[in-house]
Amino acid sequence: MEEIVKLEGDVLWIQVPRELDHHNCGAIREAADQMLLQHPVREVLFDFAGTEFMDSSGIGVIVGRYKNIKCFGGMVSAIHLNERIRKIFLLSGLTKMITIYEQEA
Amino acid sequence: MRENNMKIEFDSVSENEGFARVAVAAFASNLNPTLEEIEDIKTAVSEAVTNAIIHGYPYSVEKIWLEASIREQTLFLQVKDNGCGIENIAKAMEPMYTTRPDLERSGMGFAFMEAFMDDIHIESQVNHGTTVFMKKTICGGEEQE
Ligand SMILES: Nc1ncnc2c1ncn2[C@@H]1O[C@H](COP(=O)(O)OP(=O)(O)OP(=O)(O)O)[C@@H](O)[C@H]1O
Ligand SMILES: [Mg+2]
Repeated sequence: MEEIVKLEGDVLWIQVPRELDHHNCGAIREAADQMLLQHPVREVLFDFAGTEFMDSSGIGVIVGRYKNIKCFGGMVSAIHLNERIRKIFLLSGLTKMITIYEQEA
Repeated sequence: MRENNMKIEFDSVSENEGFARVAVAAFASNLNPTLEEIEDIKTAVSEAVTNAIIHGYPYSVEKIWLEASIREQTLFLQVKDNGCGIENIAKAMEPMYTTRPDLERSGMGFAFMEAFMDDIHIESQVNHGTTVFMKKTICGGEEQE
């Protein structure tokens, strides 16, 4: 199985699945939180390069990781958003909470 | 007049979220929607079905009914559960309002349904269940014969 989280220095890179919904968000949440417990992480980076669909469940996962890392002074970011995912981020107010790197998917 | 109707019954398990999205998207494809319209519909279906699974039936696997119909260029959707129901619908529809922060819900589901569909209407009775009605007129791309 391909890894969905990877530690690069103090950045925790998360490969978001093709569809980020309630069904798929549990795996990311568990993998990310396990890493956060074991390693000093400064930034959690959600990579949407392969992602076509996201609903409010995805927002919950991102905000949840933000809450977990914020108290340690860390940050959450996202990269490779396609137009659709960007719209979901905007509507939900996520863009005010996390850093978006401008590269498109 | 163009008319088409469908109804599916499925279990309230999370793998059916993807199934419900794809089923409605395929049903609506006759309206020749744009990619954006398809995404709007899929998101709205996903939100309503996920709500039925998480909130409607928090303790057991039960049935969810999904109905879709087409009248001319308009898609009508209905997502129904016989679950716990909603006490205060107006409150539930407020953005950021959730009764399940413990499950990392963000309270954006109804806000997305409102944003992506033309109209949404909820009927609910505590201990009897919830039905979400939505509709969207598809402007679409080029008309095909
Ligand atoms: N089918 C349902 N049965 C019972 N209660 C529901 C149902 N759908 C929604 N609710 C109630 O309405 C509230 C708001 O729903 P909404 O989808 O907007 O947010 P959420 O599901 O809590 O969070 P999110 O959708 O962002 O994950 C829910 O927290 C829940 O209390
Ligand atoms: Mg919801």
